[in-house]
This record gives sequence, C-alpha cells and structure tokens, in this order.
Amino acid sequence: MRARRREIPWFPGVVLATLVFTAVFAAYLAPHSPTEGDITQKLIPPIWMEQGDSDHPLGTDRFGRDVLSRIIYGSRISLIVSLIAIGVAGTVGTLLGLIAGYRGGVTDAVLMRLTDVGLSLPTILIAVVLVAVSEPSFRNVILVIALLLWPRFARQVRGETLAIKEQDFVALAVVAGRSSAWIISRHIFPNVVPTLLVISTLQVGYVILLEGTLSFLGVGVPPPSPAWGLMIADGRGFLATAWWISFLPGLAMVLTVLAVNLMGDWLRDHLDPKLRQLGRAAVLEAPAAASVGPTVDEAPVRGAPAGGGGG
Amino acid sequence: MRESAPLLVVEDLKTHFFTRRGVTKAVDGVSFTLHAGETLALVGESGSGKSVTCLSLVRLVPEPAGRIVGGRVLLEGEDLLQKSSAEMRRVRGKKIAMVLQDPLTSLNPALTIGTQVSEVVRLHQGLRGTPLRERVLEALRRLRIPAADTRLRNYSHQFSGGMRQRVSSAIALSCAPRLLIADEPTTALDVTIQAQYLELLKEVQASAGVAVILVTHDFGIVAAIADRVAVMYAGRIVEMGSTLQVFDNPSHPYTRALLRCLPDVGLKREQLVEIGGQPPDLARLPQGCPFAPRCPERQPICDETYPPTVPVASGHVASCWAVPGAKARA
Repeated sequence: MRARRREIPWFPGVVLATLVFTAVFAAYLAPHSPTEGDITQKLIPPIWMEQGDSDHPLGTDRFGRDVLSRIIYGSRISLIVSLIAIGVAGTVGTLLGLIAGYRGGVTDAVLMRLTDVGLSLPTILIAVVLVAVSEPSFRNVILVIALLLWPRFARQVRGETLAIKEQDFVALAVVAGRSSAWIISRHIFPNVVPTLLVISTLQVGYVILLEGTLSFLGVGVPPPSPAWGLMIADGRGFLATAWWISFLPGLAMVLTVLAVNLMGDWLRDHLDPKLRQLGRAAVLEAPAAASVGPTVDEAPVRGAPAGGGGG
Repeated sequence: MRESAPLLVVEDLKTHFFTRRGVTKAVDGVSFTLHAGETLALVGESGSGKSVTCLSLVRLVPEPAGRIVGGRVLLEGEDLLQKSSAEMRRVRGKKIAMVLQDPLTSLNPALTIGTQVSEVVRLHQGLRGTPLRERVLEALRRLRIPAADTRLRNYSHQFSGGMRQRVSSAIALSCAPRLLIADEPTTALDVTIQAQYLELLKEVQASAGVAVILVTHDFGIVAAIADRVAVMYAGRIVEMGSTLQVFDNPSHPYTRALLRCLPDVGLKREQLVEIGGQPPDLARLPQGCPFAPRCPERQPICDETYPPTVPVASGHVASCWAVPGAKARA
C-alpha cells in the first residue's frame, strides 16, 4: 500500500521531467535559434491553424523568431533562475534561521525583525526599484529574487530549530561538550532538511512566477533572452491577431508552476513519517506561503488566458 | 567514612528561577558528597528540585530565568561553577555524562546509531577507521545490544524503548565519564525492561568505577541499585543516608510518608496511601519547615524556623525538629 502511494504522481512527474529534459537538451531540441528570427517569417500561426508552417510548429513572433524554440530555451532560464535563487536564498535563510532559533535572545530578536522587514517588502515594487537602479541582467534578477525569498526560509527554519533544540539529544550533546556550531550543523540541520526540501519545492513555483512577472515588466531577464515572461510581454500588442505569442509561453508557465506545486504537496505528504513529526509545523504553514505567489504575481498568467480568448 | 577524597562535593548549592511571580527557589541549599563508584539516589515528589539539582551540576539550568545563585560544586577538587564556558565544555564531555528519561528524544532521529556513538568516541579518544569501529562496537556490546555490527546502520526509531535507552547509555558511558547523571532513566521503560536495564547499569558502573547520581521517585529502584539516598523536599535535602539506614530507620516524617505510599502486595486490598495536601509553592515558601503544613508530627517551632540538619547515625542525617537532638543544636 505504502510502496504504491510513494510513487511520484504522473502529472507533475511528466511535466517536470519534460521541463528538465528540454532545459538540459535545449540546444538539440530547438529547431531554430531562440534569439534570431527571419523577419520575412514573422507572425506565422501554429501548425494547426490555416497558414501554419511545419517549419515553425508553434508559430513565430513579430520578429520571425520560432516560438517553440523560445519556449524550450525559456525553460532553461526559468529553471536556472529558480535553482540559483532558491539555492542562495535557502542557504542564507537557513543559516540565519538556525542561528536565530538556536541562540535565541537578542540574536533571535534582531534576526527575526530583519526577517519581518524582509517579508513586508512590497515584492514587485522592490524588484522594480532594485533592477531600475542597477542594470537589468540575469544576475540581478537572481539577486532580487533571493533577497525577497530568504526570509521565508529563515522564519520556517527558525521555528523548526526552536522545536528541535528542546529535544533531549541536543541537551545531551551540550553535556557531551559539543560546541554550538557542531550541534547546529550535526544535530539540528539534518532534522531541518525535510522541511527545507518541502519549502524549496514550493518556492520553485513562486520564483518562476516572480521571474515571469519581472521579465514581463521589463525589469527581469533582459531581451532578447527567451524568458517566458518576456515572451508574454512581447506578444501583448498582438493578442487579437497573434495570440500564440503570449498564450503558449503562458501555458508553459502555468503547467510548470502547477506541476511544481503538486510535487511540493506530494513531497510534503510523503517524506519519511518519522521525520515528518518534526516537520509538522512546516506542513501546516507551507501551503499558505505558496499561495502568496499566485495571488501576488498573477499578471503574466492572467495575460495568457486572455490571449487565448482573443484567438 | 571512606579515606579517599570524594569525587564530587556539592556545597550549599542554590539555583533560583526569577519569574514574574517572584523568585522560585528550586534548589535551596543542597549539599552532598559522592565517591567514585558510588550510587546516590535523589528521591522526592515532582518539583522537589531533583532534576534542577542535576542540571545545575552540569550548568545547564535553563537561562535566563534560572540562575545558580550560590554554592560550590567541586568535581575532583575543581569548582565547576567558577569555570568559563569553554572549560566547562571540556569537563562535561570528559568527566560528566547524562542519561535522560525519554530515550526517544535522547537520540537524534536523523542520524544512525553508529554515527552518534562514533562521534562521541572520536571526540574523546581521537580514533579513526577500524579502531574507531571496534571501540563503538565494544561500547554497544557492553550494554548487550544484540547484533551490534548490523545495527550500527539503524536509526533510533528502529529500536525498541529499552534498546534506545541502552544505546543512549552506551553513548553516555563510551567516553568513560567519572560521573553519570541518570535522570529517571527507567521511567519510560516497561517494568521487565527496567530491572534488566538497571542490572546492566549496575554492572557497567561497577566495572568502570563511575559514580552515579540517580534521580527517581521509585523506591523500588532505589532499593535495587542505590548505595545512598537523599530525599528532597522543596529544594532541600531533608534526609540523607545509606539506603539501608533510610529504609530501616526513616527519620524525617516526609521520608516515612513516602515509604508508606508504596503499595504493599502482602497486605490485602489495602487502600493506597497518599500524603495529604500539596507540595509547597516554591515562590512562596513558609518561614519555617516547608513540610510543616502536611506533617503529622508538626510542632509549634516547625512554623517558625527551618530545622537544623542533625545526625541520626553515622552517615545518616535528617532535617527535622522531631529528630532527637535537633532542638539542642538549634
């Protein structure tokens, strides 16, 4: 019974496997260059429509760039941005959360107020300001997202740490003459890992949406990169005539975020039950955190179905 | 008494908790000595200060509310309360080890048993590779953990309660401490496992010459393994002596009351005996003897002054006005 239930659910599994596959092998899979188009081939509709061209299965945009190729390369951007941003934010947040939770007192108060400030930053506004001050670049997008993301990790990990440090094995490690650094890294951190996995997964969807939003607003990955958000923005003016330019990358984004969130839910439910006892707090709070993403950053997603209606 | 210098001397230890309601005197002037290889049982009701006494010895009183406000704790002649936290860390690891009540939370659920035992051994003996593994296996075998070599890779949830307690004891004893503090080590175990565990503990203790402070409220355990008993009430030791002395001639009314509370199978359907009243509020201790309100042998003087500690026999003391000679000493 349990063995069967532990299998990865098919829908998110397939979508994510496809995503990773296309991201890794983008150069082999994409039929055309993602950034260079033939202006004479512009605004060709997808293959199933009249005037469709088998050379461009999902059509072309206003510069004659192949939409399929751009979506394929776009998956690479989404994936890399979310992996690095979550890696950076997760590392910083976990470290601060562990220290705050374990030390307590003034350290905890200062770090948690800092976290509160971080959580109350108006996401999009800060992103726009930060990127406007510097140049829009791949690196800056990642930094901005990481900056907005670390408090989520810090707060969650601190909560976990508070619970774990009350366990006897921590007291015994103190009696055994262990240093705080040792106790944090050897005794507390391994017990936080399951929670960390769950929050990280749930953040992937949020980051993809945030990156899309930033790119859509023109403060994300700079053009002509084939970021999904950029593509949606690109096709904004053509929703009535060439809806596929916005709709298809939007669809890719929706599917990806949906799959990632489903995967996160599944992961949350199926982590080792022994470890899950300690992760109970995370289980209760993580969905709330995840739901913030879609509501705040729905602009590009909403743009996509609207484009579909236009066609 | 013995000629050799005692391993542990606790003098007038005072640990108070500073709360909004006032100062709670959890430990209020506890003194005792302990020799190598000896087992001292601390008994008393919940909240009598047994556990806080133990935590004070290793300076793990929960801060900032709790503070050791006075006294001396001499381990092999060195005052632990004067040490810096770095020095204290070395002492804790090398000389003092602890076993706690709940064997489930005593072990880290995310690490294998083998990892947890070898970390302690490696820290204290600097071994690596095969010798390390040998020492780890030896530590586990000493506590009769069957198939130790295959169980090294298991996690704590794969062990039964009794086994877990053995593993945590193996960890505690693997660094060859001089003093083992066992805070209700058998409370979470089945009765059958309890006896087995205590027997094992006694055996290991005898072979390694470790001194043990055993916190319990079970007189059966006291009788089974303790050399001496200290009965605590309201943060003080009210009676202390060898196990035989205390059982044969309990001199403090509280000790007598505790011993009466033990159900006796021999007598038919006897009602369970209880001690009337409540343990005192440690933040508002009465001026005199804190047991006076519940004491069947209460005298006028009990409400006025705390009784002196008077010898009942050689090595047997009690703090009660009813003990002959108490008034002469006051």
